[in-house]
Formats: sequence, structure tokens, C-alpha cells
Amino acid sequence: MDSVLLIYKGIYILAIFGISLLIATYSTYFERKIAAFIQDRVGPNRAGPMGLLQPLADAGKLFFKEEFIPAKANKTLFILGPGIAMLVAAMSSAVIPFGDTLIIGETSFDLIAIDVNIGILYIFGVVSLGVYGLMIGGWASNNKFSLLGAIRAASQNISYELAMGLSLIAVLMLSGSLSLKVIAEQQTGFNWNIWYQPLGFLIFLICAFAETNRTPFDLPESEAELIGGYHTEYSSMKLGMYLFAEYINIFVVSAVMATLYFGAYNFPFMENLRNAFDDPVLGNNVVTIIGVGVMFAKIFAFIFFFMWVRWTLPRFRYDQLMKLGWNILIPLAILNILLTGGGILLYEYFTKG
Amino acid sequence: MTLSERMYLPAIAQGLGITIKHFFKKKATINYPEETRQRSEIWRGLHVLKRDENGAERCTACGLCAVACPAEAITMTAGERKKGEEHLYREEKYAVTYEVNMLRCIFCGLCEEACPKAAIFLQDDKLAPARYERDEFIYGKDRLVEPLKTTETK
Repeated sequence: MDSVLLIYKGIYILAIFGISLLIATYSTYFERKIAAFIQDRVGPNRAGPMGLLQPLADAGKLFFKEEFIPAKANKTLFILGPGIAMLVAAMSSAVIPFGDTLIIGETSFDLIAIDVNIGILYIFGVVSLGVYGLMIGGWASNNKFSLLGAIRAASQNISYELAMGLSLIAVLMLSGSLSLKVIAEQQTGFNWNIWYQPLGFLIFLICAFAETNRTPFDLPESEAELIGGYHTEYSSMKLGMYLFAEYINIFVVSAVMATLYFGAYNFPFMENLRNAFDDPVLGNNVVTIIGVGVMFAKIFAFIFFFMWVRWTLPRFRYDQLMKLGWNILIPLAILNILLTGGGILLYEYFTKG
Repeated sequence: MTLSERMYLPAIAQGLGITIKHFFKKKATINYPEETRQRSEIWRGLHVLKRDENGAERCTACGLCAVACPAEAITMTAGERKKGEEHLYREEKYAVTYEVNMLRCIFCGLCEEACPKAAIFLQDDKLAPARYERDEFIYGKDRLVEPLKTTETK
């Protein structure tokens, strides 16, 4: 019994790892496709049908490029930087519930790699470690522009993590749990957190853009001002790892937003569908499988939104970025906590009193 | 600015609306090697040396095209038609070699106008293609003369 679960967990973790890598790979393709479509072009269409093999061509190209390490760079840290960025990005998808439970025979399989009771804290901790990847890489390059980019990345991530955490607290007040699985289970059917936390979601969304260094907050790698920011000196697959880590981060943050605010694997009328089957096990499995599809649809919708915004909005100026983070988002997040608290008190007063 | 203007969110939504409209718009791209742009009827493209209705070359190597050429791209050597070659060359004098340097040519069409025998034309459907070597741009008779119509071999 235990060994079955252990093997299942191993396979599941590998599958999730593979899926997040695959999605990150194809994010590069869809980024270019979406960029092209928005600019009235057709985008990559030479490698394979509709250019679907383009990510493979890109990866092949990156592998065969020269591995350049600047003469005065700190070699160990220079190699460590993209490694940390990649490792941390790939680690964070472990606690995301991609689906409910599958029941096969007498065993029920949770579609979540590790169900820890501090899931959301784990994600926050791991994602904020990602800054070390950028910071170490920028520092080790021994280059002013890289260092500037790295410092920007660090200060931006720290500033926006505050507002992100504060907006999250309102969700946690509603759910009463830090476990992403519990938060997901509470949003059954159409009872999604977005209806209770529109302001919180907005703050979280803006912070998510800043955390993943996406436009309009892509100041760490603003090519016009800093050449390439922290990855100026990087070439070959080390550069690829940085870019890849960014796309995995987008995937993870999309999954987190879908879980926290858009009901994870829950979809409207899921209970009706579950009850429509005579066999409860079959009903449960069908709902779970559709739920996984729904979860990924939500994640893809968010990834699309990330790209859509990237090709719409210009970049912030650095002082505007800091002003938005500290002067607007953090007070708004605190206000949101107060409003949520008031709402919960009122609700309890009217339902219990 | 009013509060809604200072929030920027309505403006951002408007911008997103514009970009999504372009997302679904018909693309302006022409996939070049597969499709080509519709060219004007008087487009001056790659040269062709015409044959007459019997399949004999019209060019008589008079040199008027070379004289008319402002870029001095055309060179030729004339030769006399031998007996038994009447089906190959229409006139008694013909061009043994005829070369157009496509790097020099400015596609002005003056050769076409100068030709008294209606032998050289600038096609409207072909471009001088890109090449890797300079000497490949010198087009000889092998690439200029219109190929024989295959209907004759029937």
C-alpha cells in the first residue's frame, strides 16, 4: 500500500516536472506567436507545421552556442546563478493541487505532489529564493549593467512581495488555512474567491507581474536601458536557463492565481455532474479528470493574459514602479484586509446573532 | 485627473481591447516563397530573350540594347549563321554570347525599348534571385533565352 503510493508520488512528481518544463518550452513559442498576432504578423511558421518545432530549434541553437564566461567573472557563482533560478522555479510547482482525488480500486490518489499544510508559504519562500539566482548571476558577471539589473530585480521583488503577501492574507482570512488543497476544496462549484476578493485579486495580479519580471515591470532586464540586465553576460544554455526559469515562474504564478482566486480545479455544476453518475467512484473520477482540464485551462488563460499584457503595455519608470508598490499597492492591500475582516465580522453577526 | 483616470485601469483595459482586436485581425504577412505579391502589369523583372513563332531566336546581335543600357550591363558577341541553323536563329547574324550582369542592371527597361526585333523583354513575373557568388549574377544565354515550347516535341 505504502509502496504503491510512493511509486505513484514519484511518477506524479516526474509528470508535473515534465509538464511544467513542457509548458515553459511552449510558452516561448506562444509568446512569439501571440506577439506576432497582436502586431498583425504570423510569427514563427518555418520549423515544423505552424512552427510547432520552433522551441526545439531554439533549444538546439542555445546548446550549440559558445559558453562564454567573462575573464574577471566569479566562475562558480556565474554558473550557480542560472542553476539556482532554474531549480527554484522548478521546485515551486510541488504544492499546487492540479486536481481532486482519483479513485482506482480501493486506493485514492491525490493529484497533488506534496500536501503540506503551509503550501502557500512554501511557494512564497521558494519563489523569493529565485531572487538569489538573479542576484548571484548579476553580481558574478562583474559588469555594471548586470549588477544594476540584479539590484533592480532584488529591490522590485522585495517591494512587491510585501503587497502580494498582504493581499494573500485576506484570502487566508476567508479560508482559515495555508494549505492550497484546503483553499481549493473550499471553492467548490462556482464559489470562487474572486467574488469575495476582487480587490485582493487585482493587487495579487499586479504583484505577480512584478514578481515574474514581466512587462510592464520588466525593469531588471530592460533591454533598452541595461542591455539585458542581469543576464547581459550570459550566453548559450545558461541564458536559456534564465529565460526558461522566467517562463516556469509564469506557469507557477498562473497556477497559484488559479488556485487562490479562480477555484483551482472547481467548475460550475460539478456537483450536478458528479451526482448524474450512478457509480460514485466513476462520477468522482470523471469530475476529477474534467477538473484537471479546467485547472489547466485556467492556467493557460492566465499565461495568455501575461503575454497579452506584455504586448500591450510599455515599461514603468523605476520611480513609478516603487511608488506604485509602496504608496499604492501596500495601503490598498491593508485596506483590503480591513474590509475583509469587517465583512467576515458582519457575516458572522448576521448568521449567528 | 479624476480618480478613474489616475487608476489607469480603464485605460489599460482599453489598450488590451485594442491589442486583442489586432490579435484576431487578418494578418498582413505574405509568406514569400509560397505566395508572391500581386505585381503590376508593367513590372520590370528578369530579362528573357524571346524566340519567334517557329522557335528561332529573335536576337540579331545588333548591339542597340547594349548601347541603350545606362548601366552598361549588357555585353554580346555576334556570329554568322551557318547553313542548317535556320531553325535556330531567325536572322543571318546572331548572338553567340549574350550576357546581362544582374548586379549592374537597374531594370530600367531601356533595352526592351531599344530592341528593333522585339527580342529582349523584362518579364513581369520573375525576379533576379539572390545568389551567393558574384559571378553567378552574370546571366548568359543559357539562363536568358526563353526555353523551347514543349508542345513541339509531341
